[in-house]
Formats: sequence, structure tokens, C-alpha cells
Amino acid sequence: MSLDLFFQYLFAGLTYGAIYAIVAIGFNIIYNTTGIINFAQGEFVMLGGMISISLMEFIPLGYAIAAAVLVTMGIGAVIEILFIRWLESPSVLRMIIITIGISILLRESALHIWGESIRSLPYFYGNEITTFNLGSVHISPQVVWVIAACAVMMAGLSLFFKSTPIGREMRACAANRTAALLCGINTRNMVTLSFMLSAGIGALAGCVMSPITYTQYDSGASLAIKGFTVAILGGLGNSLAAVAAGVLLGIIEAFSVTVVPLAFQDAIAIAILLLILFVKPHGIFGSSEAARLKDF
Amino acid sequence: MLKIRNLDAGYGKLRVLKNISLHVKPGEIVAMIGANGASKTTLLHTVIGLIRPMRGEVRFLGQATGSTAVERIVASGCALVPEGRQVFAPMSVEENLLLGGFILQKEQGRAEVLKELERQYELFPILRERRQQLAGTLSGGEQQMLAMGRALMSRPKLVMMDEPSTGLAPLIVRDIFQIICRLRGQGNTVLLIEQNAKAALGIADRGYVLEVGKVILQGPAADLLANADVQRAYLGREKIA
Ligand SMILES: Nc1ncnc2c1ncn2[C@@H]1O[C@H](COP(=O)(O)OP(=O)(O)OP(=O)(O)O)[C@@H](O)[C@H]1O
Ligand SMILES: [Mg+2]
Repeated sequence: MSLDLFFQYLFAGLTYGAIYAIVAIGFNIIYNTTGIINFAQGEFVMLGGMISISLMEFIPLGYAIAAAVLVTMGIGAVIEILFIRWLESPSVLRMIIITIGISILLRESALHIWGESIRSLPYFYGNEITTFNLGSVHISPQVVWVIAACAVMMAGLSLFFKSTPIGREMRACAANRTAALLCGINTRNMVTLSFMLSAGIGALAGCVMSPITYTQYDSGASLAIKGFTVAILGGLGNSLAAVAAGVLLGIIEAFSVTVVPLAFQDAIAIAILLLILFVKPHGIFGSSEAARLKDF
Repeated sequence: MLKIRNLDAGYGKLRVLKNISLHVKPGEIVAMIGANGASKTTLLHTVIGLIRPMRGEVRFLGQATGSTAVERIVASGCALVPEGRQVFAPMSVEENLLLGGFILQKEQGRAEVLKELERQYELFPILRERRQQLAGTLSGGEQQMLAMGRALMSRPKLVMMDEPSTGLAPLIVRDIFQIICRLRGQGNTVLLIEQNAKAALGIADRGYVLEVGKVILQGPAADLLANADVQRAYLGREKIA
């Protein structure tokens, strides 16, 4: 493999890896405050893309994206309030069924609203064939957008959780829900907030990736599987490890085309997921000990 | 301050508290002693709103709290130092204390929270030394102090403590009880739940003895300490002849 090709694959891997990491962090935020695995996480990404594409007809790109993120956050909040909030200590199985139900609901609504057509946002800068060169490697500016947006979101989230009072309260909720209640924190609102936050970052990721990956009513499902794989791979609840795991999966997928046919690319994530669940359910970076000391 | 009348409470259909009546007056330390499974924790959880009464009523500052949300009850000035400390393990000591100041911050602003933080550091100097350490890595005694400091950060009118001495060495237990005494000196009101009857009744004004969900004895702490039944059951002192 030539060095150029190597870097070409590497960047493709990084791009997808960053997206998977964001989806995984979305899983983690909700998992940490509620213990719920929200299988509708992929649909937030799809909604972000779809809503911004529709809004593009009326307002400029930047505003369309901002509005799409806000609308998706609103949808996240409504979902939590309608389906999750009123449940009194539900079982894990019940939660899984509910969130899968929500994901089907969102997907079917999207099908109803937008149909089956494949859409995409325009490239934020230039077009499909614009590239800039790093040595002899050609990189699409959109790739830079995706990686930069994901990096900024991760940094922003980390700052939010570490240094703001609300971030601290959400972490408290994750660490010990009863104790957070005893501090007078309204833990139910924190759960709503975690849904909004997950929806927001998912939607933003859905916008920046749309020019490269395109958006369709059902594009959330496969992303959710990838994101879930990454979240498990990193150890559920551990977002720093999710970034590493996301990049790892992205790169494995990108380089896999050199050994297996493209059609198998999606099977890799599933294979890894099953392998991890069998061999090391706490994730490659996790131990059961670390899982208990989970943070952001 | 706190008045409980004919209270029944439990889990699902299981009724574990039966016809409990008790009260705590401002400025008192009231001790409630009882063996494992006497339903001490259940009682405190009912007062703070984690469990709902099945019958009877709990009044805090004259307000019935039967259907008030936990965070509201906490905001009205009732704090619980839970059994087993329940510190926020992956967070630093200072973050734990600041979270305890959540209500204070909301009502009186950040300056008051920092003032209160300083007061907790004076009360528990060890916490100042360990301020950046993760709470989960503190020793048992330090965690107990942190849990107390966190509860006090809200400037509660009533502090309820669930077995603060469990699993601690006698020397640390003495420290903890001295601090509870000091709290009363500063005008706090304390409902102290303990299995360590001697230490608890030693500092309390009044006491209750709880046995399998029922109050079987009550009175001034000194009287309870001298009571033969209490001595036999909780102080391990069998009077020979
Ligand atoms: N979540 C629960 N669900 C059902 N029953 C419970 C629950 N928690 C406690 N109980 C029962 O209620 C009774 C009283 O328990 P509780 O924890 O209040 O006792 P305790 O006096 O605090 O004991 P300890 O000294 O061991 O802390 C026990 O019989 C216990 O089995
Ligand atoms: Mg108990």
C-alpha cells in the first residue's frame, strides 16, 4: 500500500471514527444519568441531518444547522417527558423495549415526512471535488469540518461536565442518584437535560456528516449499532475511552476494504460487538472497578 | 420542628413501620436506637420523602410532607446524612461539598456557598487537606465527615444522621460525636439514628427505642441509659441478680 493511500484511509477512518465517538458519547451521557441505553440515539443524528436539509430551503446553512440542533434537542426533551419521566424505577428490559419503540416511531415519522429519498446538505466549503493537499494526500474540507466539529463537541462537553455547576450536578446524578436527590437536585430534570444534550450533539454530528454520508430516514439505525459498539468497546459510560474506541473502529473499517469486500464493512462492527460482549463485556479500556468509578 | 403521628410506611405491600409517633424540638439532639432491621433507615427515608407514608402523617416545620418531592423537603431545610455515606465517589471532596450547597446556591448565591464551604473546612480540617482527592478514595471516617459536611452545606434546620458510627474505629466515633455535640452548640437540631446506644444516648437530650418497626420506649436520654431493658438489649450489660 502506498503511503498516500494509507493516509487516505487513515483520514476516512478518523472521520467516521469521530462520528461514531459522538454517537457513543450520546449513549454514555444518557446511560450515566439514567442507566438507560437509548437505542433512539441514531435517530437523533438522522433528525439533525433531515431537519437542517429541510430548513436550508428557507434560511442560510449556519442558521439551518443551529435551528436543527435546537429542534432535535426539543424532540429529545419531549421524548423524555412523554416516555421516560413518569416511569417509576423501570426494569432494564422495559427501557430497552421503550427506546427501541421510540427509535421506530421516529424513523417511521421521518419516512412519512421526508419519504425514502436520499438527501444531503451541501458541502460547507467548496464541493465534492474540492480538496486541499497535505503533501501528496488529498483531503476534502468537509472531512476537516467533521473532525473539527466532533473535537470541539468533545472538548465542549468535557468542559461542561468538569467546570459548570449544571455539569457537576449531572455527574452527581450519574455517580449516585439518591445522594443527588438528598442534595436537593431535581434528578428528573437532569435526565431531561441529558436527553437534550445527547440529542443536540447527535443532531450536530448528523449535520456535519450529511454532505459526506448523505441522510435518509433510516440512516440512524446503522449508526446506532456502530455507536453502541464503540460505547461498549470503550466501556459503557466512559466517554474518553469512547473517543479512542470510535477512532479504532473507524480506522479498522477504513482499512478493511483492503482485505475484505466493501459489502462486509458493516458486518465488522457487529462482529466486534459480539466479540466484546462475549470476551470482555466491560470494554477493552474498562474493568468492573473502573466501571463503578465512571465519569462523564 | 419535626412531628410524626401514627405513621405506617413500608415497601410495596410490606408494612415495616407500624404506628410510629415521635417529635423533635428545635435545638435538640434526639437519638433513635434500634437493632439491625428495626426499620430505622425506613423511618428516615419516609421523613425525607424517598418513601411515602401509608397512613399517618409527617409534619416538618408545620407542613405535612406526605406527598412533597424529596428535593422540596430538602429545600425546606431537612437534610439526611445517609447510611453508608453515599458520597459522590468519582468526584473530588470539594465538588461533593459544593453539591451539598446546591440549595444554598439557588437561594442565596455563590458567595454564601463559599462562606459555608469555609465553615465546613473549619469543622472538618481533614476535608480541607483532602479537598482535591476523589471522595471514593477517602477512608471510612473521612467519608463520614464528608457526608456530614455535604449535608450541612445546605444550612439545614434539621439534620438527620443514619448510623454515622458504623464501621468506624472508636477514636473516630468519638470525634464524630463531638462534632454532633458542637452542631447543637451552634443551634442545629439533630435526629441521630444509632445502634451504638451508649454513645448516642450519651450526647442526646431525648431518645426513642425502635424495635421491629415500633417505638417501644421513649424518654430523656439519661433515663433510657439507666433503663434495665435498654442496658440488656443495647449496652450488652446483663445485671446479675
Ligand atoms: N427496598 C426494600 N424493599 C423491601 N423491603 C425492605 C427494603 N428496604 C428495607 N426493607 C425491609 O425493611 C425492614 C427495615 O429495614 P431498615 O433498613 O429500615 O432497617 P434498619 O433499622 O435501618 O437496619 P440497619 O440497622 O441494618 O440499617 C427490613 O426488614 C428490611 O428487610
Ligand atoms: Mg439502616
